[in-house]
Amino acid sequence: MSLNRRTEALPIAIFLVLALAPVAASFGAETYLLGLFTRVMIYGIAALALDFLCGYGGLVSFGHAAFVGIGAYTAAIFGAHGVSEIAITLPVALIVSALFAYLTGTVCLRTKSVYFIMITLAFGQMIYFVAGSLSPYGGDDGLTLPLRSTLFGFPILENDRALYYAVLAFLLGSYLLLRAIVASRFGRVFRGSKENPTRMATIGFDVFRYQRVAYVIAGCIGGLAGFLLANATEFVSPSYMSWQRSGELIIMVLFGGIGTLHGAIVGAAAFLLLEDMLGGVTENWKLIFGPMLVLIVLFARGGLLGLASSIKERLSRG
Amino acid sequence: MSFTLLIVQTLNGLQFGVLLFLIAAGLTLVFGVMDFINLAHGVQYMLGAYLAVMFYALTGNFLIALVAALGAALLFGLLLEFTVFRHLYDRDHLEQVIATFGIILFLNQGVKVVWGAAPLSLPIPEILSGTVVLSPGILYPVWRLMIIGSGLAVALILYLLVSRTRVGMLVRAGATHAPIVSALGVDIRRLFMIVFGFGTMLAAFAGVMIAPILSVEPGMGDSVLILAFVVIVIGGIGSMRGAFIAALLIGLVDTLGRSFAIDILRLVMPPSPARTVGPAIASMLIYVLMALVLYFRPAGLFPAKGR
Repeated sequence: MSLNRRTEALPIAIFLVLALAPVAASFGAETYLLGLFTRVMIYGIAALALDFLCGYGGLVSFGHAAFVGIGAYTAAIFGAHGVSEIAITLPVALIVSALFAYLTGTVCLRTKSVYFIMITLAFGQMIYFVAGSLSPYGGDDGLTLPLRSTLFGFPILENDRALYYAVLAFLLGSYLLLRAIVASRFGRVFRGSKENPTRMATIGFDVFRYQRVAYVIAGCIGGLAGFLLANATEFVSPSYMSWQRSGELIIMVLFGGIGTLHGAIVGAAAFLLLEDMLGGVTENWKLIFGPMLVLIVLFARGGLLGLASSIKERLSRG
Repeated sequence: MSFTLLIVQTLNGLQFGVLLFLIAAGLTLVFGVMDFINLAHGVQYMLGAYLAVMFYALTGNFLIALVAALGAALLFGLLLEFTVFRHLYDRDHLEQVIATFGIILFLNQGVKVVWGAAPLSLPIPEILSGTVVLSPGILYPVWRLMIIGSGLAVALILYLLVSRTRVGMLVRAGATHAPIVSALGVDIRRLFMIVFGFGTMLAAFAGVMIAPILSVEPGMGDSVLILAFVVIVIGGIGSMRGAFIAALLIGLVDTLGRSFAIDILRLVMPPSPARTVGPAIASMLIYVLMALVLYFRPAGLFPAKGR
């Protein structure tokens, strides 16, 4: 990854906009806008992790929403038993996500390409149905969190703006962490396993183990997003991990331009804002959104960022 | 758990398995020959059911409705192939997933707009609406036997088509060596279109046959689609034989698991936790089965050669 000023400008701009958004929101429908942008950032975190897998490792996971669901349910189930201490629930959410990623990754990563897509999809469905059959915790109807998570007993997330900045901090943290990982030796091996797994194996790297570690990292970050989502909506339901959610995460990654990390955040924003806008126009927004996806795939390769840079290229060529 | 219930549920499992096979067959063909992930295969099953309901309302005759629905579904499938899918064959899987996902969103919402969100139903044809006595005390609906029978017949026809005809030969060759088949002068686009159209019709047929038992509603194809994916992954992508065996396996395991999980768990734990844990375990069963199969055989039970 070259670290010249041009490539830095966009991520810095994105985070600046996100940091200043609450100020702008205070002039408008504040609760609504804060809620919307909090959701954008939470899905941004999940999409970041997926972009790390797809864009850098070539591992197209169609079950990423499972981790979001695991994180969310961990927060909710602890909440149902009266425990909402972040110092306890967040580590547990991350550990459970990691464990699920480790176990399913061990099976999934033995398979290639199409098989990988489908087997991750199937594991996502498995978790979805398990959540639906948890009758003590609401079953298909889901359950409400009694209160947002507290830190050492203090309700630090009760204020929407505080929650917003907490989510922003986690987003920035995840972004920087993943960027550091991508640039590290581990990241180079992981990227190499996408380009040419056979060669990586021949040089002496155990590709499978590298991929599994990456899968666990992405799973943890997905779990983190779920944990935050449960706090933001104060409600969890199996629909958080339906396969449509996993599909939407892939769409976000593709929207922003795959393999750029900050593109995932742009993609999450584009997807959720578009959904919100189209949803405001007509309840049948999917009739517009579906064909739009098809057109984007057919005509706009490289997502929004790719589209922007190809337009820029054309303009500069005169 | 009684013996009678076991027999009835085994038949239900077979019926479910046969239905899955009808859907998975088209999916595995399209996949095997064109290396194309078609998430929209499930909505074609849904569309089959809706079209049958519509044509039945128009004609009042099940057979005419069936034939007309298959024809209309075929036309619609070919239209989709012509306008969208054929531009996706040489794209990567990620893009195929997104584009066909878009088609799902569109069609699920589309049927809601056209036919309403409320579930519709299709009556069973008069002569096939009764029950048969399998043995004293065991009644079974004729229609479900009909589904099993027609599914097995389709499986046999598919087997003959794939293994005995010229098109079948090309399909088998295309599944493993598409570029070579193309280089030998076969119009691969036309072959793709035939295969795709055929797969669409099979999915629509499944939708029509199951419509009298299930309610016809938007999104009914989604869960079935994922089960069909599980089937072709277990069976080995591109393998018709694998799809058949895996479909029956999944149908039986899922149905029997759901019926007897609580009873079996009661043998080892008190009734109350068994009632809680049972359904959760039952719904995980087929995925665990898939994980086991793929752990030991990453390319499925019957991998198509050359892949």
